[in-house]
Amino acid sequence: MSENIRTVKNATCTFCGCVCDDMELTVDMDEKRITKAKNACILGRAWFAEHVIENHPAAMIDGKEVSIEAAIEEAAQTLVKAKFPITYGLSDTTCEAQRQAVAITDIIHGTIDTTTSVCHGPSGLAFQGIGESTMTLGEVKNRADLVIFWGGNPAESHPRIFTRYAVTPKGMYIPNGKKDRTVVLVDVRKTPSTPVADIFLQVKPGKDFEMLWALRALVKGRRIDPDIEEITGISLATLNDLVDKMKNCRYGVLFFGMGLTMTRGRHFNSGALLALATDLNEFTHFVAKPVRGHGNVTGADNVVSWQTGYPFGVNFSLGYPRFNPGEFTTADTLSRGDADAALIIASDPASNFSKAAIDHLHKIPVITLDTKQTITSKLSHVAFSTATYGINTGGTVYRMDDVPITLRPAFDSPFPTDEEILTKIKKRVHELVLARRGSSGARGEAKVASTQLL
Amino acid sequence: MAISMILIPGRSSKQGTSLNKGKLKEEYMEVTSTVEMNQDDMAILELNDGDQVKLSNDTGSTVVRCKGRKPEDLPAGMLFIAYGPPSSQLMASDTAGTGMPLSKHMQVLVEKVAA
Repeated sequence: MSENIRTVKNATCTFCGCVCDDMELTVDMDEKRITKAKNACILGRAWFAEHVIENHPAAMIDGKEVSIEAAIEEAAQTLVKAKFPITYGLSDTTCEAQRQAVAITDIIHGTIDTTTSVCHGPSGLAFQGIGESTMTLGEVKNRADLVIFWGGNPAESHPRIFTRYAVTPKGMYIPNGKKDRTVVLVDVRKTPSTPVADIFLQVKPGKDFEMLWALRALVKGRRIDPDIEEITGISLATLNDLVDKMKNCRYGVLFFGMGLTMTRGRHFNSGALLALATDLNEFTHFVAKPVRGHGNVTGADNVVSWQTGYPFGVNFSLGYPRFNPGEFTTADTLSRGDADAALIIASDPASNFSKAAIDHLHKIPVITLDTKQTITSKLSHVAFSTATYGINTGGTVYRMDDVPITLRPAFDSPFPTDEEILTKIKKRVHELVLARRGSSGARGEAKVASTQLL
Repeated sequence: MAISMILIPGRSSKQGTSLNKGKLKEEYMEVTSTVEMNQDDMAILELNDGDQVKLSNDTGSTVVRCKGRKPEDLPAGMLFIAYGPPSSQLMASDTAGTGMPLSKHMQVLVEKVAA
């Protein structure tokens, strides 16, 4: 370790949707690495320790190092030539970069989607159908005396949601921390989260909707047949006991994970849970919140919503935004073979998408921006290495409860930021689109557009 | 012999820490190539920890190593794997108009791979 050490207080970890902003980072400025991350969980410690400056070209075309300018030109030409270009990812970058990605997609009449569609996208649909009784995590810390986690394993995916917000912390009306709370976990298997719960309910796989609907019926005083145990794995007596606890708590919260959205039922599961929270407000204060995975996936929802009116799966091919999950979401545009070029920002769909979608990614020109090499960057036609948000760059991210947080970077990176690269691509695609319109005779339109240059 | 089981891909701590090192690194590959299985099911299939198993369905197949879990921790007929490239091979592309493929709760056939 060198003697050139810097301490960054109140830094933000952007690994998961908790976006903990109480990090105290010890930074070796000569070695350009974070040597200690006080207050970080196991995931946060790995996030800060492993994001070092890698010996890798800043830009490549077909695996060969090129200048950033050449890569921007090739990326812009590729996107403008495409008939159905898609933009995807965005949950691990700043709101400022996300805004540029929306603008690019608008200019090229493309389709923009974020990792939300394969995360809590079904919950997004349920919000539109049911609504959301929502809160901030600060309210949970200060008020919640009944905390239910459904279909998730926060101990391994969001460790500090337990210690910072929902289980152990003492709050304004929860003076004794965990002693003042009842914690319930609903899942299909035991996980490291199970010991945290006072009550563990092991629901049968694929039977979450049935259990949620039974709870709704019981909350409303309807009769449920005892064979509900055979269907869901949970006895009627246990369900009645849970309903008593829910109706009689002072402030209840339902945190839900991808055990609901990625399984049979999808948005119906999320919708049933949101409806249950709404029903319970006839008796007490009850809220629901999806536990979000990536550090700024909530920001992606917000930015895409501000700019287009819709949260994900948005198509501009008619010159104005249209929203249609199943048609304009990336799992579909890739697996059906619609997309003929892809701009992927801070995501690795070639690792996590369906086989058909991955096969199609190999057939089309892909442009990636990522901090590390991934399977997607390896197959890319144009690949940019970019600085890590929150470690090398400032900007804004949104916590899972829609609270915006400003980033405090630790050390500089030789690599450009996502925002810088995307801003340059935006400028170039705009020039190319205007030139194309001009050459096709729409000069008046081009002149008008050029006066509104972004 | 092959047994039909339910595969649940999900997050794990090791997957989370290893992806920070890099998804092309060996640690991440190993974490996402290990399936957890009920020990009683492993006995039926004559499997030991570390043995290779083939998981397959109508979409595709993958070969991963298995690791036993106590029956009280993982029910019979259920498998857990940290999601990644191997589990993606089994994911169907249909999203039923939602944008979300069924990424958990996949029905798969499990069989031992001869050493």
